[in-house]
Amino acid sequence: MAEITKEELRQPENLIYKKTDLLTDKALSYCPGCGHGTAHRIVMEVLDEMGIQDQTIGIAPVGCSVLAYEFMNIDMQQAAHGRAPAVATAVKRLYPEKFVFTYQGDGDLAAIGTAETIHACNRGENIVIIFINNGIYGMTGGQMAPTTLPGMKSSTSPYGRDVATMGNPLKITELIAQLPGTIYVTRQAVHTPANVRKTKKAVRKAFENQKLNKGLSFVEIVSNCNSGWKMTPRQSNEWMVDNMFPFYPLGDIKVND
Amino acid sequence: MAKVKGDIVIDIEKCKGCEVCIPACPNDVIALSKNVNGKGYNYAETINDECIGCANCAIVCPDGVITVYRKRME
Repeated sequence: MAEITKEELRQPENLIYKKTDLLTDKALSYCPGCGHGTAHRIVMEVLDEMGIQDQTIGIAPVGCSVLAYEFMNIDMQQAAHGRAPAVATAVKRLYPEKFVFTYQGDGDLAAIGTAETIHACNRGENIVIIFINNGIYGMTGGQMAPTTLPGMKSSTSPYGRDVATMGNPLKITELIAQLPGTIYVTRQAVHTPANVRKTKKAVRKAFENQKLNKGLSFVEIVSNCNSGWKMTPRQSNEWMVDNMFPFYPLGDIKVND
Repeated sequence: MAKVKGDIVIDIEKCKGCEVCIPACPNDVIALSKNVNGKGYNYAETINDECIGCANCAIVCPDGVITVYRKRME
């Protein structure tokens, strides 16, 4: 068998995978190992494959991903804290032929933006909501969020979340699945190659639903927050599998065709 | 039998050394370097020639720093 040198192998005809051009060349501002980067890339790859870069308007949230418009090479609008679904509603109604999506974290979507989220979903706006759930307020220093697990330590629940005094975690994805306006509600993760592929299929399906004017698609991505959880990236992924997934089980919650 | 030969190119200046790619690799090709990049992170590097170009490392890399090449050897 003929040997091949690395220079011969590294030719454009042998290229299998490279970062999509829909992500800018700026270095992502996220911590090492954060699922946000992978989620950004998945969304941009789907837009790239569908060829709708020039027809898509993204709504950036407040939180770690507030600078999403710096990294996503599409038209973006940054919304006030939690108001991304309301802004997306306006954008979609003004430009019904455009693809509109929001990209939100759990503090943005499930805490301050609960009303906007639930009402946008209940109205069945024809948008896509990408929801990154890491169970914590990552940007502000790891405070307890509505999605923090029972007993989980954060900087504002240093002895673990006590359900008796701090309330129960909010499974907002299950809540939204009850609403008649949503067409597709799913929960995915991005910590392994298999999960990344499944998440990509889910995001693709969500944008295909919007193309067919079917209604609101909601994709939750359970992610890690190694800085907020005070772990290494690999430990945080293992902790997520052991603790987050039993409480937030992966899979499709609602599929209406 | 045709054999598949792969290779990855890591943008070491953008790598943050999170190690998420290391368990994703089926052939244990990637390890963290002892050296650091301009930002002070130990970056990922290839340690052997067993790569089959499966792109698992590239699709889990949060920062998208890995480019994958693959060729079928006749």
